[in-house]
Amino acid sequence: MSEHKTHITSYTTHFMVLLALLILTWATVSITNINLGPYSVTAALLIACLKATLVLLYFMHLKFDSKILKISFSAVMVVFALVILLTFFDYLFR
Amino acid sequence: MEANTHVHRDDVASKLGMWLFIFTEILLFGGMFIVYSIFRYNHPVAFHLAGEELNDTMGLINTIILLVSSMTVAMSITAMQRGQVRRSMQLLVITIILGLAFLVNKYFEWGAKFDHHIYPGSSFLRELGTGDTLFFGLYFMMTGLHALHIIVGLIILVWVAFYIQKKRTRPDKYVFLENGGLYWHLVDLIWIFLFPLFYLIH
Amino acid sequence: MSETAAQLNFFQETQGRKGILAWILSTDHKRIGLMYMYTIMVFFIVGVLLGLGIKMELIAPGLTVMGPQAYNSFFTVHGVIMIFVIVIPGLPAIFGNFFLPIMIGAKDVAFPKLNLFSWYLFIIGIITVLISLFTFGGPPDTGWTFYAPYSFKTTTNMFPAVLGAFILGFSSILTGLNFITTIHRMRAPGMRWMKMPLFAWSIYGTGWIQLFATPIVGITLLMIIAERFLKIGFFDPALGGDPILYQHLFWIYSHPAVYIMILPAMGVISEIIPTFARKGIFGYNAVVISTMAIAIVGYFVWAHHMFTSGMSTTAQFVFSLLTFFVAIPSAIKVFNWVATLYKGSIRLEVPLIWALGFLFLFMIGGFTGLFLGAVATDVHVHNTTFVVAHFHYIIFGGMGSAFFAALHYWLPKMYGRMYNKYWATVGWATFFIGFNVLYFPMFILGYQGMPRRYYDYLDQFHGLNIVSTLGAFIMVAGIFVIILNLIRGARHGEQATMNPWEGRSLEWTVPSPPPLENFDEIPDLTKSSAHPA
Repeated sequence: MSEHKTHITSYTTHFMVLLALLILTWATVSITNINLGPYSVTAALLIACLKATLVLLYFMHLKFDSKILKISFSAVMVVFALVILLTFFDYLFR
Repeated sequence: MEANTHVHRDDVASKLGMWLFIFTEILLFGGMFIVYSIFRYNHPVAFHLAGEELNDTMGLINTIILLVSSMTVAMSITAMQRGQVRRSMQLLVITIILGLAFLVNKYFEWGAKFDHHIYPGSSFLRELGTGDTLFFGLYFMMTGLHALHIIVGLIILVWVAFYIQKKRTRPDKYVFLENGGLYWHLVDLIWIFLFPLFYLIH
Repeated sequence: MSETAAQLNFFQETQGRKGILAWILSTDHKRIGLMYMYTIMVFFIVGVLLGLGIKMELIAPGLTVMGPQAYNSFFTVHGVIMIFVIVIPGLPAIFGNFFLPIMIGAKDVAFPKLNLFSWYLFIIGIITVLISLFTFGGPPDTGWTFYAPYSFKTTTNMFPAVLGAFILGFSSILTGLNFITTIHRMRAPGMRWMKMPLFAWSIYGTGWIQLFATPIVGITLLMIIAERFLKIGFFDPALGGDPILYQHLFWIYSHPAVYIMILPAMGVISEIIPTFARKGIFGYNAVVISTMAIAIVGYFVWAHHMFTSGMSTTAQFVFSLLTFFVAIPSAIKVFNWVATLYKGSIRLEVPLIWALGFLFLFMIGGFTGLFLGAVATDVHVHNTTFVVAHFHYIIFGGMGSAFFAALHYWLPKMYGRMYNKYWATVGWATFFIGFNVLYFPMFILGYQGMPRRYYDYLDQFHGLNIVSTLGAFIMVAGIFVIILNLIRGARHGEQATMNPWEGRSLEWTVPSPPPLENFDEIPDLTKSSAHPA
């Protein structure tokens, strides 16, 4: 089906993304050795989210895909976040 | 599809279907992440200490393996799109080998835990306390489920390689390779969260 | 009846396969839909008989026909079969499969092979559940909710039942995935989103819930299995786990599952009422929006099943509030249906009678749901027969009525034959009377404090229980009249025309029964302006 012209991600882009991912991995490992107190979880999760976004956008090609995929993927994330939030309405106030 | 039925090929639909399936996989692990977040909230100190039991280096090696394999499978698609079938095949084989390396590494990691009498339901774990029991319960369940997905992913990638060999996947018809790649990235995506949550957050 | 004599319908076109192979190897969405229907009808009868067994035991206090263990197994298996095998797949798998592609002008679903695979998973799931009944340990006795910690402590045969539910969930996910892709990719030219029949819209909303909710129950059931065999301790207080967490995870799926059941039912009603009022649906956009609103809001109300579980008061407040929100789109739909009937030139055929019955029963179920959504009253009636009556009014009175409405509406299209309308009406009336005599007393009993899931009860509840059991027999008699009449109609009824009800959606433009690929040429709707529903 040639209704969409396919976007070909170059080898260089892939390699640069991998480089970024490895740097972020290094960052998350070294951050554990610094005592950030309650923020260490937040920092680790933020970096993980950043890495996941890179994988999604470039490796999984989401950046160049149709709108419906982007919207529905965001919907999955929003739903999941809301479910965690609502579950914690129980555990935070018990 | 049978010769006498309507032949219909829609790559966009196949990809949409694959993405929808990936959503369900994400939410499957999502259920486990909910459990993790609640038990971590309930047992912060025990989780903190138990996390230090895990071998950071092993986890780091596996992280790097998966990140590189994710790149090679993505490059394999690029090669196929550019018509370089041989290179696409080579990159796919590298991905498969990296996946196997991950499993071997995991095998030794789990084996070491078993040697220290750490496995679900062990009496040693019970003596350590409820927080540790839950942490390692989650650890084995989540990394186990993840390893299962690695195995499924490998089977799919081998299947794709077979298709490329048979020229049923080729530069003008490669959605199966794309979907196999998507599944492999999913496995990577999950690991990106598992690694800090279990190995790093001390 | 074939309009063009030469064209074979999908029953005659076997694609060179013989006997049963023409069915179990076929990827034709219509054959798969019918295979689901035959399976589901067989198990529906099994489920009804189990329910009748429950009512038999409750006809008098003390041991009547079965002891406590057998009773526990009866209501568990009744629940598991009715929920996982019949109500959840019912409308989407049968009528979604059969009519969704035709309604949007497609020749089949997006992934026909995957569709057949879903049916196989469905059958494997059923067989796995059945294994639990007849192997060591005996049938499960936890109730269909598999609540922890009892579900991993009981000595009965839980593993196959839980695994079976997991497999059935997987089948449901693949069906939903297939339908969403079909709707996105295979609509005929000019079949714009806001021109789509409302049944297709409801299948679309349902598909998303199936995708978003079912994985959570999948992982939850896996955790129960791990808990049983590996003692990982997630739900075991002795190991630090939390049984209430199980309830959260279970209802994160199982409440949206209620909308998997009711949304397609609402879709069917939204097709039938305009057809027989001979008038376009009142407020098409509002119905579409409320469908999607129910699908979204319905995902976030799960903990109203848990008001008495010991969860925090804040959570009780939040979930009670959200529960009242979900009543709004449901009410919008009811208003739209009634407004469609207003000043329509109504033709009171059998499907419309069922649809009107749906409205009545669904309203009672909906209003009693408000009692349960409010924390204060829920604490009083929780785990009483009031709850049982409420969800039977919604699921059986709502989804069940819509299911029979759909059967009576589309049977002429599926088989090309018409059933006997007199007996169909008699069957409906018997069902309707029996249904209310059976379930309405349970509201009163529950309000007076009769708990559910006990084989025994206090003498003071005896009178109404006799009435209720009597109602059960009337209702079952009605169901048998309905089903026998439908079977007879499908086999020997008089030939039906292409469009017996003067319906306006696309399925009425193809022969009855439809040919193998539905359309010779994909219809072009770019010129027609009105939406078909």
